[in-house]
Amino acid sequence: MTTPDSGAQHGTVTELDRVTIRFAGDSGDGMQLTGSQFTATTALFGNDVSTLPDYPAEIRAPAGSLPGVSGFQISFSSGDIHTPGDRPDVLVAMNPAALKVNLGDLVPGGAIIVNTDAFNDINLRKAGFAEDPLKNQSLQGYNLYEIPMSTMVAGACEGLGLSSKQVELTKNFFALGVMFWLYERSMAGTEKWIAEKFAGKDAIAEANRRALHAGYAFGETTEIFHTHYRVAAAHLPPGTYRNITGNEATALGFVMASKLAERDLFLASYPITPASDILHQLSSYKHLGIKTVQSEDEIAAIGAAVGAAYGGAMGMTTTSGPGMALKAEMLGLAVMVELPLVVVDVQRAGPSTGMPTKTEQGDLLMSMFGRNSDSPIPVIAPATPAECFTMAIEAWRIALHHMTPVVFLSDAFLATGAEPWSIPNVADLPSIKVENAPASDKPGFRPYQRDPETLARPWAVPGTPGLEHRIGGLEKLDELGTVSYDPDNHHRMNLLRAEKVARVARDIPPTEIYGDTTGDLLILGWGSTYGSIRSAVERLQSRGKRVSHAHLRYLNPLPTDLGEMLKNFKHVLMPELNAGQLRMLIRAKYLVDAVGFNLVRGKPFQIGEIEAKAESILGESVEAAK
Amino acid sequence: MTQSELPVLTKKDFESDQDVRWCPGCGDYSILAQTQKTMPTFGVAKEKIVFISGIGCSGRLPYYMNTYGFHTIHGRAATIATGLKAARPDLMVWVITGDGDALSIGGNHLIHAMRRNVDMKMIMFNNRIYGLTKGQASPTSPIGKKTKSTPLGTIETPIIPLNLVAAAEASFIARSVDTHSEHLQEMMQRAGEHSGAAFLEVLQNCNIFNDGAWRDFTDKSVKEDRMLVLKHGEPMIFGAERNKGIRLNGLQPEVVTIGENGITVADLWVHDETDPDATRTQILSRMWWPDFPVPVGVFRRVPRPTHDQLLVEQIEGAKAARAAKGPVDLQKLLASGETWTVE
Ligand SMILES: Cc1ncc(C[n+]2csc(CCOP(=O)(O)OP(=O)(O)O)c2C)c(N)n1
Ligand code: SF4
Ligand SMILES: [Mg+2]
Repeated sequence: MTTPDSGAQHGTVTELDRVTIRFAGDSGDGMQLTGSQFTATTALFGNDVSTLPDYPAEIRAPAGSLPGVSGFQISFSSGDIHTPGDRPDVLVAMNPAALKVNLGDLVPGGAIIVNTDAFNDINLRKAGFAEDPLKNQSLQGYNLYEIPMSTMVAGACEGLGLSSKQVELTKNFFALGVMFWLYERSMAGTEKWIAEKFAGKDAIAEANRRALHAGYAFGETTEIFHTHYRVAAAHLPPGTYRNITGNEATALGFVMASKLAERDLFLASYPITPASDILHQLSSYKHLGIKTVQSEDEIAAIGAAVGAAYGGAMGMTTTSGPGMALKAEMLGLAVMVELPLVVVDVQRAGPSTGMPTKTEQGDLLMSMFGRNSDSPIPVIAPATPAECFTMAIEAWRIALHHMTPVVFLSDAFLATGAEPWSIPNVADLPSIKVENAPASDKPGFRPYQRDPETLARPWAVPGTPGLEHRIGGLEKLDELGTVSYDPDNHHRMNLLRAEKVARVARDIPPTEIYGDTTGDLLILGWGSTYGSIRSAVERLQSRGKRVSHAHLRYLNPLPTDLGEMLKNFKHVLMPELNAGQLRMLIRAKYLVDAVGFNLVRGKPFQIGEIEAKAESILGESVEAAK
Repeated sequence: MTQSELPVLTKKDFESDQDVRWCPGCGDYSILAQTQKTMPTFGVAKEKIVFISGIGCSGRLPYYMNTYGFHTIHGRAATIATGLKAARPDLMVWVITGDGDALSIGGNHLIHAMRRNVDMKMIMFNNRIYGLTKGQASPTSPIGKKTKSTPLGTIETPIIPLNLVAAAEASFIARSVDTHSEHLQEMMQRAGEHSGAAFLEVLQNCNIFNDGAWRDFTDKSVKEDRMLVLKHGEPMIFGAERNKGIRLNGLQPEVVTIGENGITVADLWVHDETDPDATRTQILSRMWWPDFPVPVGVFRRVPRPTHDQLLVEQIEGAKAARAAKGPVDLQKLLASGETWTVE
């Protein structure tokens, strides 16, 4: 365990509450690495952090081009924060394209740190600059810091016997060193990382280390920075913390669910951005007994998961929207045969291939209804990266106790974004264990005889003597489970399947409300919009507005207390990164005139946008009252 | 329960209480009967046997077996079997499929189940037609076949199923005929005894929508001359007079007559199920009447570790390697990477 420490510092220090930095460069420049190193160190320092990686779908778009720009935004603070920041205060631009793509987002008067060596004619042309922005007056409204990073690392790495191309690759560590100095961060974590990553490649390790130190020393000794900045450690609740992305938390949540259910975990998955990392992580846990299969397609993946579930394992599959579309028919089978199953959809911008690395909340209605006929499935959604852990366990708790497939809706922002996670104590987590149907020596086993409370059917696993029976996609005779075409039986079974899922609502926590339970405006959200909504509501409340926030984790069935809650507010605003999918459900179910705020730009809401929308609703209502 | 303690089961034990609902005269009845007859021979407890099917007339078979059974969705039975067998290596898994189910909608899963060597025994009922949907062309319908969906005759070249699975690295490949009950039983038994992905094509008659699809060579009166019963280690001889044989000339098979032009039995192609090179399996699979007798029997049977064995082996290996470093601590796993403490 490491305790926060800070690097030795000289010069003036400016205290700040919160800083948002965006590292931007070519996709070959290592910006994701730079960003995650800065994040790790910053989290370790004790700040609250929130990150937003933003990278192109192409692994290597043409070097220097606008589509090839890769960015990583981190916001860190001495207080509690919920989002990676609306607009960066500092932009690190490794080439002209990175400057061009990101400049518009920078706050007025913000700082720009550029690698001047990359501002040559070719790169300027590729970025579409008619003239060098460093040489005309176009950046006048900003604090511009020009550093010849390539030249500096060339000097630092002299004598290592590396090619100039290899040396050039270390310039991201130079930039990182500069930022470490500027924000009083220690280099120790990154130095350790370099040593491990490049173990056995001494010259490369040394080059990166030297680049990092050169950047740090540059900050310390040159006079271009008049000050450096201090963002004090945040006052997070007591606990042991680590930094975690949504995908990491999801994978760990499933490992934990398997432990708490005392059952084997089986994952079959077909690679797809941004879900693949869950497959990668669970595949690396062979020593925990977790079985994974990389299937031939998404249908095969969910098929294998259903097969494993039929065999008594915790069968699951992970995917994103296009794969989710392929799984529809098999999900219908899982509904019919009433087996527990968890399907993770890490949503991305669509339709079709859409923008594979960008976030969106467009798959809610597909998860709810995207199958033939009435085929109800519980749908749940984590609100923050760290919460993916608890919600992954929740997904399994519901699936096991109610014998039903469950959809877990994450998204690209949750999946790749990171935040500090207060690591739970394993011993405190409650069991979610269920039993298989016991062997029997009496004939007449009834595979669809339901639990009177939950309506779950027994889990009769092959290998159990006396329970031999047949299941399948054809309609079942109530209780007996044999094939039936009886009209009234079909109607009854349809009602039973719906009621079984509806009863999950008895088994979920009450909806929390942030702020008063009555007021002028309730902002109702779900999924990854949590941070932006919560921050906006905090700001509105601090200005005395009667605004509250409720955030749904359980989307199907909806919590039973929601209807009453909605009635206690004059207005309901529903920000969603889609065209209004949850709003459609809420309006239909509760007949409330919820107002939508819908943007699909492949990125999270900015706090200010939600704030402004809320203000406009409140303002209109004031106008109307007059 | 050890095998010796198992009660001796009979065909009757494997019959479920459900009424069989195929058209009278359908070849599926015979396949079902041979399946029920074969099951007791494995010495596997009833509850350890699972029948998984796709959709089609063939897909109904699990309902008639008094074992565990799962009638899944069209084309995907192999995927469910893959997951089941991975999760439960202790079960004996059979997959029942049709020519449309396995080769059309489920074609992708078929080749991957074979290459993975999933320990499943797949029986494909090939009636060269879509039976359940009332008579459309299937991927095995011959060119020119007139069906409801191809009123002027299909213009598509059929798939040779055994050629396809040989290319997909199937470790056990066999063919039989619905009405050749003893041979069919023998093939089922051998498929069941094989460890790994077994593919058994059964030439099945759909007397309603494609009656007599195989009659030209399976009929009792002609089968001796028009079919070749493969026997491991034996020269390929056929014909009512047992005087016809197959000679392999390079990669080209030829029909020869023993005793003519100096041909003796020693010149004939000797069948080797365990031939590691699937090329010769494919040559055999492409032999077809009227140019050749149609081969039935075990085409290929090669040992290869199964998917579930390899999966379990990796897990046990990883567990052992991890155990050497001390017990797994989930608390530590959650705390992997850098951590810090807030007091
Ligand atoms: C997704 C889907 N598409 C289409 C069907 C309709 N369908 C059912 S069986 C079948 C073809 C079956 O042909 P085959 O596999 O040869 O089986 P047979 O009935 O001949 O035994 C079709 C197209 C279906 N059930 N599901
Ligand atoms: S349609 Fe053909 S294959 Fe299907 S049951 Fe009838 S005869 Fe058999
Ligand atoms: Mg057919």
